[in-house]
Amino acid sequence: VRTAMAAPSKPRQANIVDRPISKGRSEVSQSAFAYLFSEFIQYSQARSTTANELELRLEEAGATIGVRVLELVALRDGKSRRETRMQSMLQYINSTIWKALFGKTADALSKSVENEDEYMISETDPLVNQFISVPPSLPNLNCAAFVAGIVRGILDASGFPARVTAHTDPSEPLRTILLIKFAPEVIAREKALAG
Amino acid sequence: PSSHGGMGSYSFVIVAGGDNPIYEAEFTPAHKKDAQDSANLNQFVIHAALDVVDEMLWNSSPIYLKVVDKFNDQLISAYVTAGHARFMLLHDVRNEDGIRSFMHDVHELYVKVLLNPFHTPTQRIVSETFDARVRALGKKYLN
Repeated sequence: VRTAMAAPSKPRQANIVDRPISKGRSEVSQSAFAYLFSEFIQYSQARSTTANELELRLEEAGATIGVRVLELVALRDGKSRRETRMQSMLQYINSTIWKALFGKTADALSKSVENEDEYMISETDPLVNQFISVPPSLPNLNCAAFVAGIVRGILDASGFPARVTAHTDPSEPLRTILLIKFAPEVIAREKALAG
Repeated sequence: PSSHGGMGSYSFVIVAGGDNPIYEAEFTPAHKKDAQDSANLNQFVIHAALDVVDEMLWNSSPIYLKVVDKFNDQLISAYVTAGHARFMLLHDVRNEDGIRSFMHDVHELYVKVLLNPFHTPTQRIVSETFDARVRALGKKYLN
């Protein structure tokens, strides 16, 4: 009896290390993303008991992406310098990273008045939440926790460790606010660098 | 250290976020091979230079930091990516342009490996193809 295992098959493609990095101009259909994202949410939901746990799982998934998107975008743009200051790094995320991920800059970047270690990125009608309707039983759930995770991954990797969480604006339900709370060492270093 | 040209010895390490080496390679011309003895010392010297780099990288924003430290008659050059992967090179001849080109090309290879969702950034790079390409770059730019 002949089997299909008669001969090893030739690799169809060159090793990933030999293939050129994509130029980054291609786009993915939003429906395809929404379908994948929805499956991932359901997968995470089955493994979580609270909305908080679900958000943490989404954040973790985002964090693994953040590290990669930062390195990829910086390489593609031929960026020959690193960001060394908090506000420049936030601006970089707000503009360059956001454009690479969502095709637009984030709606607003602001600094908290009450706390010197907090900043906010706001986005009206975030792309990832487009086809998501949150049931009334989970009022605090915001699936843009995934995007919060991406931002955290970027900040952690670039030396600006922070906690990043997604919140729904209570006065504007379609608006998501990413709250970024920097670790104390980041604030201390910023103060030292400011001289 | 001798300047420009001459066959130098180079010891290359990629250090990931957690200060653990994820890749190492030696580029030493055959006539200079006392590599086994110096391998441990090389790692130690490079590791000590990491402290210098970690402090420097907040005051100096270029990715290619050039020579950051010296040890006896050896130099350490560093290159730090946006995600703070540190490419450290221990060398005994000056070769700023060759080293810059080497680091830049390895940087691209590094990002390709990093994009693999099954590769954790702090994991050792085990790809033989990656190793082969880095060694080829070493031959091209360093020796």
